[in-house]
Amino acid sequence: MYAYLARRLLAAIPVILVVALFVFLLLHLSPGDPAAIIAGDMASGEDIARIRARLGLDRPLPEQFLEWSWALVRGDLGSSIFSNLPVSRLIAQRIEPTLALTFMTMAIAIVVAVPIGVLAAWKAGRWPDRLVMGFAVLGFSVPVFALGYFLIWVFAVRLEWLPVQGYTPIAQGLVPFLRNIALPSLGLGIVYVALIARMTRASMIEVLSQDYIRTAKAKGLSQLPVLLIHALKPASVPIVTTIGIGVALLLGGVVVTESVFNIPGLGRLTVDAILRRDYPVIQGVILVFAVLYLVINLIVDLIYTVVDPRIRY
Amino acid sequence: MSAGAIDLPAAKPRRSAVWTAIRRNPTITIGMAIMLALVAVAVFAPYLGTVDPMKINPIQRLREPSAKNWFGTDHLGRDLYSRVLYGSRVSLQVGIAVAVVATTIGTLIGLVAGFVRWVDAIVMRIMDGLMAVPGILLAIALMALTKASLQTVVIAIVLPEVPRIVRLVRSVVLSLREQPFVEAAEAIGTRFHRLLLRHILPNAVAPLIVQATYICASAMILEAILSFLGAGTPPSIPSWGNIMAEGRQFVSRAFWILGFPGLFLTLTVLAVNLLGDGFRDMLDPRMRRRL
Repeated sequence: MYAYLARRLLAAIPVILVVALFVFLLLHLSPGDPAAIIAGDMASGEDIARIRARLGLDRPLPEQFLEWSWALVRGDLGSSIFSNLPVSRLIAQRIEPTLALTFMTMAIAIVVAVPIGVLAAWKAGRWPDRLVMGFAVLGFSVPVFALGYFLIWVFAVRLEWLPVQGYTPIAQGLVPFLRNIALPSLGLGIVYVALIARMTRASMIEVLSQDYIRTAKAKGLSQLPVLLIHALKPASVPIVTTIGIGVALLLGGVVVTESVFNIPGLGRLTVDAILRRDYPVIQGVILVFAVLYLVINLIVDLIYTVVDPRIRY
Repeated sequence: MSAGAIDLPAAKPRRSAVWTAIRRNPTITIGMAIMLALVAVAVFAPYLGTVDPMKINPIQRLREPSAKNWFGTDHLGRDLYSRVLYGSRVSLQVGIAVAVVATTIGTLIGLVAGFVRWVDAIVMRIMDGLMAVPGILLAIALMALTKASLQTVVIAIVLPEVPRIVRLVRSVVLSLREQPFVEAAEAIGTRFHRLLLRHILPNAVAPLIVQATYICASAMILEAILSFLGAGTPPSIPSWGNIMAEGRQFVSRAFWILGFPGLFLTLTVLAVNLLGDGFRDMLDPRMRRRL
C-alpha cells in the first residue's frame, strides 16, 4: 500500500514537470515579446524594459526555467503583476470556495447518478431506461453556463427560492452555505451525473447478465438485495474509474461556474488574471489545477481497494 | 416456391430500405435532421428574415420577444433573432474545423507513437501532462497570448483535444502491431509509411469517426465558453457565447438574451452528440445499447 503510494507519487512527478514546462513555455513561445504582452497595449518602452528585467526575461531560457522551477519547488509561485501579492497567497485565499464547489458537486452527482443508473440497468429497454438515457444525452449537451443561467432564472429570479449569485463560507453557517452552493453544484453536476449514470448502467447491465445473479434470483432473493449487494458492488470498479476520469471535466466546469455564479474561487481568479494578462497568476493556477487533478485521481485509485478487495497495491 | 413469391419482396424496395435505415438508427436520423436544419440556417441566414446582426438601435433596447423582433432585442437594441441565426455560423465552423484539425494531428502523432518506442515514451508523457490540465484552462491560457480571431480560437481548442485522439490511435496501433497480418506485411518489406497508412490506419477509422464527432461537440461548447469568458471569438462577430456574455448582466430583466443562444447551443451540441452515439452504435455493434 505505502509502496504503491510512493510509486504513484513518483509517477506524478514527470506529469507535473511537463505541465510546469508547458506553463513556463506558454509565455515564452507566444508570438511577440512576453514583456510587451504583460505590459499591455498602453505601455511605454520603459515599462516594458522594467518588466523584462523584473521577471528576468532578458536571461537565457534554460536559466530562467531552472530558476523558476527551483522557486516552484520551494513553494514560491512568484507574485502577481497586477496586485504585487504572492501568487501562493492569492491561491490560498481563493481555494476554499473552489474545493467546496468541487466536492459538493461530486457528492450530489454521485448520489443522483448511481441510483438512476441502477434503475436504468434494472429496467433496461423500458421507459425508465429510455428516460435516464435521454436525460444523459441532454446532460452531455447542455453547456454549464447556459444551464447555470437557466437555473438562476428559474429558481432565483422567478421563484425567488435561492439567492441569485455569491458565496458564503461554510464557517458562517451550513444553511446559508448550502443555499448559495445549491444552484452552482446542480448546474455543474449535470454533465457529471450524465457521465456516471451512463457508466453505472453499462456496468450494471454487464453484471446483471452473470450466472450468479440468476442464481441469487432463483434462490428467491428479492430484487433490491440482488441489485444493491450482488450486482452494484462488483459493478462499482468501472463506476469509480469514471468518477476519476470525470474530475478533469468537473475542474474545467468550475472555472465557468464560478464566473456565472460570482463565486470568488480559483476559477474567477484565473479569468480575472487572464483578462489582465497577469501571467504569474495564470501559471500558478494552472499548476494548482493539475496537482488537484492528480491528487483526486490518486484518491479514486485508492478507493478501488475498498470497493474491490481483489485489488491490492 | 414460385417465381412470383421471389419477386414479391422486391416489389417495394427503395422506400422500405430508407425506412429500415431510419428505424434502425433513430439517433442518427434525429441528429442528422437537426444538423441539416442548422447548416441550412447558417448558410441561408441572410434570407431568413434577418436584419444586420450588428445594427444598433438605441430606441428599442431590451425589447421582449415580439412579432417584430422574434427573439427580442439586446441592450444595444440589436435584433436577437438575427444575431442568434448568424451565431450558428461560428459554432459550426469552429466545431468542424477543430474536429478535422485535431483528428489529423492526433492521428499522425498516435501512429508514430504506437510504432516507435522512444517517441512513445516522450509523447505519452506530454499527453499525460496536457490531460492533467482542464481543457478550458489550457484554451483560455492560449487565448490570453494571442489576438482573438476565429483561427486562434480553433488552435486554442485543438491543443487540449489532441491527446484524446493520440491515445485512441496509439491503442489501436499497439493492439494491431503484434497481429499476423502486420507482421507479415513487415516481413515482406513493406515501407514504414505504407504499413501505417494501408494496414494500420484503416482499422482505426471507425473509432476515429466517433471520437471526431464527440470532439466537434466539445469544441462547440469550448468556443462558447471562451467567448462567454471574454477570451474567445472577437465581439465584432456574433457568436452564441458572445451574445450570452453581453446578456449576463440582464439575467433578471431580459432572460431571452441568454435563453435563445443557450437553447440553440444546447440543441446543436445535442444533435452532434446524437450523431456520435449513432455512429458508435452503427460502427461497433458490440457497444450497441450498452453505454
